[in-house]
Amino acid sequence: MTSFADQLLVLVMLINFVVLGSSRMAISIRAVALQGIALGLLPGIMHKFSWHLIMITGGMIVAKGIVIPWLLTGAVRKAEIRREVEPFIGYVATLLLGAVFTALAFVFAAKLPLDPEHQGLLFVPASIATLLTGFLVLTTRRKAISQVIGYLILENGIFIFGLLLTSAMPVMVEAGVLLDLLVGIFIMGIIINHISREFSSIDTSRLTTLKE
Amino acid sequence: MDVSAVGMTDPAGLIFTAAALAGLSGLPGLLLRHTVGLGQKIATLALTLSGLLGLSGALTLIIHERTETFTINWTLPFGPCEMAIDPLSALFLLPIFLISACGAVFAVGYWPATHNRATEPKLTFFFGLLSASMALLVTTRNGVLFLMVWEVMALSAYFTLIAEHENREVRKAGIVYLVATHTGTLALFVMFALLRGTTHSFQFPASNSLPAAAFPAAVIFVTALFGFGVKAGLMPFHIWLPAAHANAPSHISAVMSGVMLKMGIYGIIRIISFYHTPPLWWGILLLAAGSVSALLGIIFAITQRDIKRLLACSSIENIGIITIGVGVAVIGQATHNPTLLVLGMAGALLHMLNHSLFKPLLFLGAGTLIHATGTRQIDRMGGLARPMPVTSLFFLTGIVAICGLPPLNGFVSEFLLYLGFFSEARTAAVPYLAMGAPLLALIGGLAVICFVKLYGVAFLGLPRTAEAEKGHEPGWQMLAPMGVLALLCVSAGLLPQVMVNLLRPALFTWAPELAGKYDVIAAVPPLRWLTIAGGGVLLLAGALSVVLRKRLRSAPVAGGGTWGCGYLRPASSMQYTASSFGDTAVNLFGGVIRPRCANPVLPGYFPRPEVFASNVSETLLEQMILPLFRVTGEVFSFLRRLQLGKVHIYMLYIFVTLVLLLIWAY
Repeated sequence: MTSFADQLLVLVMLINFVVLGSSRMAISIRAVALQGIALGLLPGIMHKFSWHLIMITGGMIVAKGIVIPWLLTGAVRKAEIRREVEPFIGYVATLLLGAVFTALAFVFAAKLPLDPEHQGLLFVPASIATLLTGFLVLTTRRKAISQVIGYLILENGIFIFGLLLTSAMPVMVEAGVLLDLLVGIFIMGIIINHISREFSSIDTSRLTTLKE
Repeated sequence: MDVSAVGMTDPAGLIFTAAALAGLSGLPGLLLRHTVGLGQKIATLALTLSGLLGLSGALTLIIHERTETFTINWTLPFGPCEMAIDPLSALFLLPIFLISACGAVFAVGYWPATHNRATEPKLTFFFGLLSASMALLVTTRNGVLFLMVWEVMALSAYFTLIAEHENREVRKAGIVYLVATHTGTLALFVMFALLRGTTHSFQFPASNSLPAAAFPAAVIFVTALFGFGVKAGLMPFHIWLPAAHANAPSHISAVMSGVMLKMGIYGIIRIISFYHTPPLWWGILLLAAGSVSALLGIIFAITQRDIKRLLACSSIENIGIITIGVGVAVIGQATHNPTLLVLGMAGALLHMLNHSLFKPLLFLGAGTLIHATGTRQIDRMGGLARPMPVTSLFFLTGIVAICGLPPLNGFVSEFLLYLGFFSEARTAAVPYLAMGAPLLALIGGLAVICFVKLYGVAFLGLPRTAEAEKGHEPGWQMLAPMGVLALLCVSAGLLPQVMVNLLRPALFTWAPELAGKYDVIAAVPPLRWLTIAGGGVLLLAGALSVVLRKRLRSAPVAGGGTWGCGYLRPASSMQYTASSFGDTAVNLFGGVIRPRCANPVLPGYFPRPEVFASNVSETLLEQMILPLFRVTGEVFSFLRRLQLGKVHIYMLYIFVTLVLLLIWAY
């Protein structure tokens, strides 16, 4: 079973690169949706059957695979934005940085003092790599929607790490995290609409007058 | 909480029901916004009922000298949470319930919902919440719950204080209050953390259970003095107090000054009670802080021309006197001198009760004046005793009480302190303590100057402005609470034995070593003589007034302007103003007060018109703390450069921190 899980994690890491390398919003959103579904399947593979597990899997897939991408697509349509033009760092450079960070994640994961049953799994390096990718997207892209996507990837990275603990994590905590995320994305979607309506642009690097 | 164990007729049940009732009293008003005034009526009823229930519960507990304890089984990770009402808590509950009820009734006339549609529901809601949080504060025995309730209290006080937030001055007062109270809370966090380090639990330890010599005790005491001192308004930490009291609605000022400041005192007393035989320097520190507060507080009060600011400064003075009492008690405990302990603590607790009677009375009176004339400046009032005789009488009662003059209650508590100072002069274990007596006398004298000025300028003489001529007696909702408080002041002054009996159980809770030894409080001060002398004075005054009235009726009366001084046509502007009355005292203490006068030079025999202006600043706030903040801001201004306003850069900060942490762990 762990080999199938590893394959899913490899898929997750490949999707990171898709997001880093693509300039089209629609592709990024679909890629993140796919990543969410892949991650949603993981706990079902990892642990033994229980209603608790079904709830997590179902919740993940519905929230990250359907609801959030749907919200984001709506925001994209309303703001009439298709591409991320001129990011702070070019696509090739970000791809290279992503590769470097993924490699570093593997190096670092090998040094972590993990439980013996968790050593040798792809979970920890995939988690760190996804986390770093999220940060990379957050810092290099200008558009508010790209920021939301970065935030989602970041959260996916945290979720992978959480998978190691799933059986120990109470339902309330997971539900709380999911709800948090959903509300966060919801608010961001609304804010994006308002930003684009007010300033006829959703370039967050131009929102500097709000500082004190 | 296990409600089934707490019956409705049980005194503790009454108290918790009262607290819940007070906390929820404002909710209907928030929901029923379309029926103007209904919410306020419900809240007033609820708070009055809560006051009656709470007072009866607390009095029952005090009279039976019982301690009720409950444990809340909560799921928070701070251990079990205990609630307990011992006589000390019950004693502090008395003013909470009494003044909240009085304030709520007063608000119906003073802040009517029909005239303040926007602010009234919020004000009423937070007023109830403030009352409930204070009631819970004195009953909780868990550090974490204490801090939570403390914060609820601080914030609800903030929201009541900024009721008129359109006014810039009100917002400024609110900010200063917020900063001050949170600085204090920070100290309390440190204090409770250290306390937990000592006892390994957030539960309050039992009375006299901790050794005061161990290391953290000194730090705990100092942080407690700071944290609670900020709330109580002890002198170096009083900066928020005058502006906050002046800018809050009057019934809020009454609760803040009469009750909320006492929560600071409660905290200090409760923390000290954990330790047996505290070191001498604790008492000396308290005594010094109290003396400075009392003396400087009353000096600042003399200079004020804003009636509520004056009362606020006088609150600092009274808190100082209470702290002096606590200090004397701690010195007594440290030197194993039970007489000193009893007299100091009884004086402090009694003055706490007394101050919570006469200060709200005066603040409500000030509210009545403001309601009638529309100004807080006493220089714009004058001659108000004629159109407002009842208010004037109540106000005078409060003034006689606060000056510590014999027939009223303020005298009794100060009398106990005098006795304490003099008894120590006789036995002389700590000889310099006798110096407290002349100091207290000086404070009393200055208080008389201060309040003669207030009463004389506001109520006597001729109306100074058109506003003062509009003076009129308020409705019964505003007079009734003042009447109740004035009556209590008089009866507490005439029957000091009753008051002392009320606080005796609290005293034994505070210092269990006294219990069962001997009853010093009843033995030492000649309280019965106070009753006889006070009653005699009142009878004499009554008889004199009857005689004078008869003579007035028989002899012809010539009319004329008050303070006309033989002029043919005296004008109201010739009267003493608040500034001119206080001028001597202000000049005497010029070094501390630093008045700013614009003295014009008048050349020749026929000088041109000139303007004279004098201003009294808040020395500590404006000349030390605000400049300090400004300098700190400039020194750390380079940190501002980190704030670029770009989300990406902020993300980058987090990212870099994360990577650095990873590398460091690596």
